Amino acid sequence: MTNQHISLTVNGQTHEADVEPRLLLVHLLRDVFGLTGTHIGCDTSNCGACTVHVDGESAKSCTMLAVQADGRSIKTIEGMADGANLHALQQAFWDQHGLQCGFCTPGMIMQSAWLLEQNPDPTETEIRAGISGNLCRCTGYVNIVKSIQQAAGTLAEGASAPVVAAATVEGQAVSAEPAAAG
Amino acid sequence: MIPAPFDYVRPADLDAALKILSEREGEAKLISGGYSLLPLMKLRLAQPGLLVDLRDVGGLDGIVETDDELRIGARATHRKIHENAIVGRYPLLHDVSGGIGDPQVRNWGTIGGSVAHADPASDWPAALLAASATVVCRGLGGERLIPARDFFLDTFLTAIEPTEVLTEIRFRRRPRGQGGSYVKLERRVGDFATAGVATVIRLADGGTIGYAGIGVTGVSGSPFAATDAEAELTGKAPSEELFGAAARAAAAMSQPTADVRGPVDYKRAMVAELTLRSLRKAVELALAYA
Repeated sequence: MTNQHISLTVNGQTHEADVEPRLLLVHLLRDVFGLTGTHIGCDTSNCGACTVHVDGESAKSCTMLAVQADGRSIKTIEGMADGANLHALQQAFWDQHGLQCGFCTPGMIMQSAWLLEQNPDPTETEIRAGISGNLCRCTGYVNIVKSIQQAAGTLAEGASAPVVAAATVEGQAVSAEPAAAG
Repeated sequence: MIPAPFDYVRPADLDAALKILSEREGEAKLISGGYSLLPLMKLRLAQPGLLVDLRDVGGLDGIVETDDELRIGARATHRKIHENAIVGRYPLLHDVSGGIGDPQVRNWGTIGGSVAHADPASDWPAALLAASATVVCRGLGGERLIPARDFFLDTFLTAIEPTEVLTEIRFRRRPRGQGGSYVKLERRVGDFATAGVATVIRLADGGTIGYAGIGVTGVSGSPFAATDAEAELTGKAPSEELFGAAARAAAAMSQPTADVRGPVDYKRAMVAELTLRSLRKAVELALAYA
């Protein structure tokens, strides 16, 4: 079987590889590029642990071939933090104890990031529907939902933060909180 | 799980894809989103020698309304269909597209892929049957219009030829007095349906049922049209009693097998209940759009 030459961007960096057509995207990321933050859970498209962004859309990387990702832009959990500064979702999962064993967390965060891009101020029902393709067997989802709510609040503040003074931001955060919780 | 080895091509247009299908007849499989085919290939239930990726083939994902039809391109994703403003006026199609799998599946999975795959518990086929839709297939010799009711032959088996590409699904344009609904039962969100019932009801002048379409999924070798239930309804005025008779007829036509999703009697009972609920909703929407 003929190998295919592919070129793709992963977390902003261009990668090239010669791959067997049957190589799955998740194996390309983990085994070829060494990005093991993306987990393989069920390997049957059910659990969502392998969720990454492909051209900005969340996808289960165990259900996409590496060749299908040719020419596309991939974002994985390794691309979320800005240096030592955690992404708002990563910080929120930490703060709210949104994980126990942590196996589902990379996929959960990537799916949540996609969800918040689509819908920056989701209701609890919308959050639960948005992560319905991601299974967690530890938490019962309560703290995961709280984490996503916190991150939504942080990201909303961040969007307005650069143009206002710190004191004003604090004031906004307090007044914005009931809306975020509701 | 790793699929068996295969070759891969990405033709630039439909003609190139059709030529490849002819040259490698029976050996080649088409891939679009991949959310139906890849799980089968990983389980090695499917082992195509050649995978033909339709990604570069343009013009297959449009959603347009003509004077008498709604036409959905085969490569339109479930999500694109669900968010489409035109489809928003078709409650059955809006319901189905928003409830398939999970968000990731809906981001990538396509209507054409689902229909061509013909899983016995899939959602789109039930809707196509209820709406008496038409499946458009293109081969090198030209286009073939196949009524949905002649399309789903058996488990994973359709009327599409190995040398054809499914290009479009056509629904009758929604007239006044028509409503539709899809109700399914899942063990958990994203699972294949234990049972699902799609209905389309068109009310005639005078309020009797002029057209009744009922598609049932999950409880037979392939999704099927509950024609006995449709016959119960046609020409009569909607009533709870009538819906009950149709629900019993749909349940009687089901041929469920016992599995992890439940025993036979339970599944039959669920078909009756889902038919009832789907009919109530479809008639309510038909009346609201009089």
